[in-house]
Amino acid sequence: MQRIVRGVATKAQQQRQLSAAANAPKKVEVFIDGKKILVDPGMTILQACALVGVDIPRFCYHDRLSIAGNCRMCLVEVEKSVKPVASCAMPVMNGMKVKTNSDFVRKAREGVMEFMLNNHPLDCPICDQGGECDLQDQAVAFGSDRGRLQSRLDGKRAVEDKDIGPLVKTVMTRCIQCTRCVRFANEVAAFPDFGTTGRGQDLQIGTYVEKFFASEMSGNIIDICPVGALTSKQYAFVARPWETRKTESVDVLDATGSNIVLTHRTGELLRVIPKINDDINEEWIGDQSRFAVDGLKVQRLLTPMIRGADGQLKPASWEEALFTVAAKLRETSAEQKAAVVGGLNDVESLVALKDLFNRFNSENVMTEEEFPETSGGSDIRANYIFNDGIANVENADAILLVGTNPRFEAPTLNARIRKSFLYSDVQIGVIGSESELNYDYDYLGASAKAIDDVLSGKGEFAKTFANAKQPLIIVGAQALKGEAGAAILGKLQQLADKLSAGKNVQVLNVLQRWAGQTGALDVGYKAGTAALRKTPVKFLYLLGADEGKVNKSNLDPQAFIVYQGHHGDAGAQIADVIFPGAAYTEKDGTYVNTEGRSQRGYPAVSPPGEARVDWKIIRAVSEVAGKSLPYNDLKEIRQRLNEIAPHLARYRDIEPSPFIKQALQLAQTSGSIDVDVSPALRELADYYQTNVISRNSRSMAQAKKAALENKENPYAEAPIHARL
Amino acid sequence: MTSPTVGLGARLIGQNVSKLGFRGVVTSASSGNAQVKQEKTTFGNLKDSDRIFTNLYGRHDYRLKGAESRGDWYKTKDIILKGSEWILGELKTSGLRGRGGAGFPSGMKWGFMNKPFDGRPKYLVVNADEGEPGTCKDREIMRHDPHKLIEGCLIGGVAMGARAAYIYIRGEFYNEACILQEAVNEAYKAGYLGKDCLGTGYNFDVFVVRGAGAYICGEETALIESIEGKQGKPRLKPPFPADIGLFGCPTTVTNVETVAVAPTICRRGGEWFAGFGRERNRGTKLFCISGQVNNPCTVEEEMSIPLKDLIERHCGGVIGGWDNLLAIIPGGSSVPLMPKNVCDTVLMDFDALVAAQSGLGTAAVIVMNKQTDIVKCIARLSLFYKHESCGQCTPCREGCNWLNKMMWRFVDGKAKSSEIDMMWELSKQIEGHTICALGDAAAWPVQGLIRHFRPELERRMAEFHKQVLAEQGNKQIQQ
Repeated sequence: MQRIVRGVATKAQQQRQLSAAANAPKKVEVFIDGKKILVDPGMTILQACALVGVDIPRFCYHDRLSIAGNCRMCLVEVEKSVKPVASCAMPVMNGMKVKTNSDFVRKAREGVMEFMLNNHPLDCPICDQGGECDLQDQAVAFGSDRGRLQSRLDGKRAVEDKDIGPLVKTVMTRCIQCTRCVRFANEVAAFPDFGTTGRGQDLQIGTYVEKFFASEMSGNIIDICPVGALTSKQYAFVARPWETRKTESVDVLDATGSNIVLTHRTGELLRVIPKINDDINEEWIGDQSRFAVDGLKVQRLLTPMIRGADGQLKPASWEEALFTVAAKLRETSAEQKAAVVGGLNDVESLVALKDLFNRFNSENVMTEEEFPETSGGSDIRANYIFNDGIANVENADAILLVGTNPRFEAPTLNARIRKSFLYSDVQIGVIGSESELNYDYDYLGASAKAIDDVLSGKGEFAKTFANAKQPLIIVGAQALKGEAGAAILGKLQQLADKLSAGKNVQVLNVLQRWAGQTGALDVGYKAGTAALRKTPVKFLYLLGADEGKVNKSNLDPQAFIVYQGHHGDAGAQIADVIFPGAAYTEKDGTYVNTEGRSQRGYPAVSPPGEARVDWKIIRAVSEVAGKSLPYNDLKEIRQRLNEIAPHLARYRDIEPSPFIKQALQLAQTSGSIDVDVSPALRELADYYQTNVISRNSRSMAQAKKAALENKENPYAEAPIHARL
Repeated sequence: MTSPTVGLGARLIGQNVSKLGFRGVVTSASSGNAQVKQEKTTFGNLKDSDRIFTNLYGRHDYRLKGAESRGDWYKTKDIILKGSEWILGELKTSGLRGRGGAGFPSGMKWGFMNKPFDGRPKYLVVNADEGEPGTCKDREIMRHDPHKLIEGCLIGGVAMGARAAYIYIRGEFYNEACILQEAVNEAYKAGYLGKDCLGTGYNFDVFVVRGAGAYICGEETALIESIEGKQGKPRLKPPFPADIGLFGCPTTVTNVETVAVAPTICRRGGEWFAGFGRERNRGTKLFCISGQVNNPCTVEEEMSIPLKDLIERHCGGVIGGWDNLLAIIPGGSSVPLMPKNVCDTVLMDFDALVAAQSGLGTAAVIVMNKQTDIVKCIARLSLFYKHESCGQCTPCREGCNWLNKMMWRFVDGKAKSSEIDMMWELSKQIEGHTICALGDAAAWPVQGLIRHFRPELERRMAEFHKQVLAEQGNKQIQQ
């Protein structure tokens, strides 16, 4: 996989590579099908084969899980070994001669495949995995051309299905006991209830006592299941893979910008699956990113609407709506106009809206999400991005979480913390609430006051943190608001400055909650709606602002409100005119994730009804209002993006933010920080519905219900930090 | 038989080291006595004075006092003070091969542990999970001579520099576990175990761990998993337990009998032990004879004793006389059976039985005379393996079940004769393709049956089809 990270991250990497090269162990020589190759010692035969492009069939082996070696499909012949060798588990040895395509190997694979199919129901026509099933594919590629199953005489095994919640459907008879899901549950999702029961032929996968798969990452077991035993309830009997088209895109339901693949057919979005990106989401995505898309089909705004004299919103034509808004826009004075944007917007529409307001001499554009305005604030980029990069979380040996619950705010990032918790000696401290995290941590208190203790080296954790080689502070954007937020940021900057001395880390990392927030701050939006409360405005343009931060009482009684967005939610309710916009699956858009990495999303389907792509709506408003914005197509608006900030058009890259020292100089380091920084998302049930899309999602509602009910389940396990 | 050196049953040692093993034994044996002494040509009829297990039948006291009167714990301190090198040397001279089934040379195996200390403690794990059908030798040791085992743990522990021994005893052995624990307590009380045992300055602990009744927990890595509190499922090798074993530390897993004979070997000398049996198959051995014999028993005999001699001398012969013999499984359920003509002459040792396409295994001789339904016997074994498969890896999980289902149809002859070849192939598909040796163990009895009793299988099938045809004919007539 190509790693394209520039600047700080790259330096750190180069350092690591250099130090690795200095004491790199000698490579060993291995022959694969006669081809000589030099590989690192400790590599498995299967990995070595992958290097020369030899694909070994496998079921139980998975790159990101521990090795089980139980499916026996990956058997290869190794010279001087009487028995075939499981290549997924056998480390290479110098001079090893491996044959992957001899008669001996083919026979071994054929035999294993025959056993695999012996108790598999072979119900492919009614199985949702059909067409993307590892067993199907490998049976064709490596199985025998004749069957000698004796199910007529001896029958087949049947296993009762398990109810593991509203998201994942189980057909356990199809299970081939590869235990990928068990390992995922135990290692990545930290849900140890999932395991095997019984022995031999009666071995079953499940939770023993039936219960909800209580994890924010549960959907990933659908992807890793090589057969149709675990499938998506949402996608059940919906489509076959060969009928669908796939669009690679970016997820917006959290701020990490996980890479996803949108599967669609005939203009209908069917499902979301993760796309591998080692820098961001590895190959996992959270359940919200995967399942909340059914929320895109309900409560959508399909036509423009205008509030009539009777106070009711009535469908209107685009022309009417545009002219109404343009008229109001023209007649309101500059200082009485404002725009508030929500968290799911693409940078294109943000730029267009800001340009529009600028044309009318207004700089009054702001985001719903708050961020300290004082002392540098959002003017210095290093203040609000995840400076060290998501992938670097794994290298940290001490992590301080302030006012955030990454498990529910950024599940894939949290998976990395969990990974280092499992495989390294990382120490984790938490300031905020004692929430359900899936690793052990030192709880330092709910008040941000605890930062002072860490700063002054008081307490056990403060000492380990001070001595850490790669310390990392992750502060939740939610903790950074108002006066206290500025002080917290200042204190953390001080701490980061102290710790980063002589190290290749920036230490301070802000974890945003919204996919659009970093982009909005990058293009110059003011954070927070406090300005609105100071001077009530008469014209308010809401772009996907649905978190209820603005309501009528904040505004002038005569205020005219325009809402542009895709869902009829809090924003649309108070609007006088509604412009139906497009959701992230329906438009080309640029998103900047919390690390400051800009990525492109692509449209899978067209916006429903008369809804239109957001930046084009704003462009239309500008034209009707007589101040046309100077871009007519996507290319031109992207050029505009490039003018504002070149990194926005440099996709997949991280733009480093070097002015961290200057940020500290401006920082406000005094003031009381004795505020509660408990994150809003504390338990699993909080996770599922956090934005306008997931609030309208049926499956997310069901999952939330299941999570709430699971709390009452006497057999549910306590969260891991309580167990340890 | 593709791998003649592969051990059998559930208590297996890694197979890939067996080649080394032979070399080790050959050198020690040839340097020891091959040139000096004329090799013996007859074996058996062990004298009482040469028996190691003198309380095998529980006629005497098993407690510390009784054990000491029989010579246990005699000069153990001196042996310990002679040190690890000396003990390993004696064991190598003695030519002792592991008694759990695989027959790996013990001196060498224990020597693997003699690596420089790397901060991790080393452990000796004693495999007392005697679950192999037909085998009942370790049980006799533990209930009548527990101090031999405990003393062996200490000496073995010293030889490999272990900090502690874990005796993993099968859950069904309730009484044996009680006796063993009692004996361990006595040894602690007498100062033979614990801190500064026997005043040698060596610290050594012995823990008795009870299993929960799974045959697979007799496989060394599954046993380790079980002690660690996990499901008893074999681990992948490498890494071998000698590198990463119990609790991640270097570990050696050995059979009860191997450990229990070590003190006597040290006391009487490796040369004495090497005076029994053929080259590479030295020593005395406990044989458990069951099945259709007049007097089933567990007896200590010289290695390489002729099978017929063993049965005639100690078991009162086969029921109905030697000529009434049909077949014998010589080493516990997991080795292939041998028909009578082989049994007439075969010697009971590792090499001779391998040459006869079977194996010594745990030396559990199961005798079947002509009144036995041989197909049903093997079907019962297939059922056993199906039940005991851990279910972890595919060939064993699915294959054992398949074999079992076919075998029970074969009992009635409800199959086509082509299925015999298919079953042979299936058993070959299981053998060698699994993580542990349970797959092999399940395949071999079936292979033995097909190899030697194919006509019997075909006869049953023909009979069944004749019967079916006759019934169909009757029906037609009735219609």
